[in-house]
Amino acid sequence: MSNFIPGQPLVAVVQRIEIKKLRQGDNLILGFSIGGGIDQDPGQNPFSDDKADKGIYVTRITPGGPAETADLRMGDKIMQVNGYDMTMMTHDQARKRLTKKNEDVVRLLVTRKSLEEAVKNSMGGYQRQ
Amino acid sequence: MDTESTYSGYSYYSGRSRGSHRHGERSRDRDRHKSRNKDSRSEKSVTINSPPAEPLLGDSSVRGGEQVQDDNWGETTTAVTGTSEHSLSQEDIVRITKDLEDSVGLDCRRYFTLTLAVVMGLLVFLTPVAFLVLPHLLWPEKLQSCGTACEGLFISVAFKLLILLLAVWALFFRSPRAGLPRVFVFRALLAVLVLLFVMSYWLFYGVRILDTQDDNYQGIVQYAVSLVDALLFIHYLAIVLLELRQLQPCFSVCVMRSTDGEKRHYNLGQLSIQRAALAVLEHYYCDFPVHNPALLSASKSRAAKHLAGLKVYNVDGEFPAALAEGPGNNAAAGMAHSQSRAMIAAAARRRDTSHNELYYEDAEHERRVRKRKARLVVAVEEAFTHIKRMQEEEQKKTPVDVMDSREAAQAIFPSMARALQKYLRTTKQQHCHSMESIQQHLAFCITNNMTPKAFLESYLSAGPTLQYSRSHWLARQWTLISDASVTSGLSDGCVFQLKCVDFSLVVTTKKIPYIQMSEEYIDPKSHKFVLRLQSETSV
Repeated sequence: MSNFIPGQPLVAVVQRIEIKKLRQGDNLILGFSIGGGIDQDPGQNPFSDDKADKGIYVTRITPGGPAETADLRMGDKIMQVNGYDMTMMTHDQARKRLTKKNEDVVRLLVTRKSLEEAVKNSMGGYQRQ
Repeated sequence: MDTESTYSGYSYYSGRSRGSHRHGERSRDRDRHKSRNKDSRSEKSVTINSPPAEPLLGDSSVRGGEQVQDDNWGETTTAVTGTSEHSLSQEDIVRITKDLEDSVGLDCRRYFTLTLAVVMGLLVFLTPVAFLVLPHLLWPEKLQSCGTACEGLFISVAFKLLILLLAVWALFFRSPRAGLPRVFVFRALLAVLVLLFVMSYWLFYGVRILDTQDDNYQGIVQYAVSLVDALLFIHYLAIVLLELRQLQPCFSVCVMRSTDGEKRHYNLGQLSIQRAALAVLEHYYCDFPVHNPALLSASKSRAAKHLAGLKVYNVDGEFPAALAEGPGNNAAAGMAHSQSRAMIAAAARRRDTSHNELYYEDAEHERRVRKRKARLVVAVEEAFTHIKRMQEEEQKKTPVDVMDSREAAQAIFPSMARALQKYLRTTKQQHCHSMESIQQHLAFCITNNMTPKAFLESYLSAGPTLQYSRSHWLARQWTLISDASVTSGLSDGCVFQLKCVDFSLVVTTKKIPYIQMSEEYIDPKSHKFVLRLQSETSV
């Protein structure tokens, strides 16, 4: 979520989240909604710091769903899904990656602002020592 | 230098201060229009107060108030009193008596300039003919006979003279629109130019041809042709100077009426101040709503109340140098600075509720006007249903009592007269419309198949001054008040005033800025658009 420079490697503090898909009828659901994508309008994203960020964000979490139990939070930016990079994906491609029928579990790498701050605080404390 | 030129009633007619060149504006370099309509708007030099307006439903026997179509107004009219809204002040009386004295002198001067112009025109026209004819009269035996080319030139001279005559008729044979205070500079210049030109030609002719009795007739004919050509070119110059130069708009003038602040903007070209004033006045009669003094009485009464509220007395016994007044005098007329400040402070402290009264009065008046208007509209619509246009075939079939439009108007008028009169009284327009004029307008609307709404439109809102009867074209005599000379051109920031008896028009000029335009080309294929989406999918 820190300011990215196009063409340069992106550095972010991420958290690993593993979500087990829940079977509901014929579908396997994860229990959250995504927004964003390189074909979408980044200016309308309420969760991003940089309004030019076209990444995939978690916009809603169904209460009691598998995502909530896995500690996914609203506003998270999804960086990787099962090893595949999600920072330069169209919205539809992202949806497909998450809803593959032959996968039961998705392992996400997500980043959020509070992670950065936590790291900064801990590092700052370490440096003061 | 600052010259204030005022064109007022008496100074215009006084022969003392201005020379005969003053009316040089009327001298045109060609023949003039001989029959001038003296009743035209611009010719009336004195308009005395309007005759008393006919009361709507009053005694129709009193019809003598119509303005006399007078050719001998100088002898018969003195003053008109009665229910007119103007009062005759001492100034007006003085002005009227002076006009009576000077009117005879004015007519003589106008006819003098007219005859002068006619004589000059004839002289100029007959000069080529004289050039051609004189050799035949004076030395016919010595003259070479006119060959073919020379006779061809006769035709050319004849047709060019004819064209010149038509062109002069088109440009100059027009009744004058107005009497301007100073000479029309371009016309005077053109007249002088033509005179000089013709004089020089005569001089040359006299010295080189008459004295030496030149026998080369073809050369003489060519000389006459060159004269006519040059006259045509001078006419071209006249068109450019008098007509074309002021067409391109250069200045934007703002005209504001002093009584009620009505404002209009016009675009004018490069004109002298007096011609610009004339253009402004012509627009005034068409665009500005008619001046209604009855609408100003409310604010005047409020102002009077403010003044009457406080009186300032100088009780300290000092004798200020500016005022030669003793203690205890009412200094309201010539207040010193400190006294006016004291008055303003006192007025601010006083609990003034006049704004409250104004607000409620306005609301009440609005309500009353709307109520009267509703009644009026209903009455007129009902009255119009009583009339039906009768077709030709029907007329032959059923021989009922048929009326023409005037009688039809008179038949339906009484049913709406009362509502209309009340409405006009509420909106203070009753003096603008007489019963006769309303009936005429009604007959006009009936003839032209107008709806009741179309008939009412001219009473619901005040129209331009031209719409009303001639008695309401009140001030046909205007005074031009200007710092700069009235024959100088308009310039940026120039201000002048046009005063008439009741009000004045203040005219400010602004130069239209120079506009720099640049070009940008946009390829029609370059109009491309994308959708701005923000979709949310649940997984």
